[in-house]
Amino acid sequence: MFRITSTPLDPDALRREMLDLRAGGFVTFEGRVRSRNEGLEVRALEYEAFRELAEKEGERVLAEARDKFAVLSAACAHRVGTLQLGDLAVWVGVTAEHRAEAFGACQYIIDELKRRVPIWKKEHYATGASVWVAGRGEAGEPARGIKEKDKTGAGGQSARNPGGCG
Amino acid sequence: MKHVHVQYFALLREQARRAEESVETAAATPAALYQELAGRHGFTLPVGRARVALDGELAAWDAPLRDGVRLVFLPPFAGG
Repeated sequence: MFRITSTPLDPDALRREMLDLRAGGFVTFEGRVRSRNEGLEVRALEYEAFRELAEKEGERVLAEARDKFAVLSAACAHRVGTLQLGDLAVWVGVTAEHRAEAFGACQYIIDELKRRVPIWKKEHYATGASVWVAGRGEAGEPARGIKEKDKTGAGGQSARNPGGCG
Repeated sequence: MKHVHVQYFALLREQARRAEESVETAAATPAALYQELAGRHGFTLPVGRARVALDGELAAWDAPLRDGVRLVFLPPFAGG
């Protein structure tokens, strides 16, 4: 199950959908909006998605994770809209008989999501400036910032670690 | 001339000042159409940094541009 949603993510409800008596391990990743990125104080994040392709590509990532790792189930949900500090932006959950496969699949899913799923985020800073974060362009391309003209000049990050959560 | 339905997201949506538009174009490829629209809307993103989707799937910049296609220009992804 891969889901793009504009309503707040509920980790308890998401985990309940995955409980399985065969699962000796249950690994989750929760990506949350953090207060600083590249030395700038962040006030809020705005996410948007190309939903048609994002849901297809997200399902492909989950299917690949199920193929590559011995997992029982894998799921992911990503929020869109305006998020405040601490809000949950993305949730990944994996159940497996053993922990190593669950950890591996969880990491694979979040890494591939960031690289391949058409979702964007705009950081709104305490200074009043805002910038679209540039994570990945072509496959495998390192992260770089997009310079967006703004009145305070708070843009053009040279981000190796793109902003947002996780 | 062909008719293309174009959709924009994030940085490109803001620079185009619209989320979508219908364009009549003689462009043979998505790359040529991007250059044409970049001139019209003032896109700052080089074509090599963006990606393109045709009818809901990622496509090559030099794919043939067919009449009636749904095209989406995608800035670098930043989910998570």
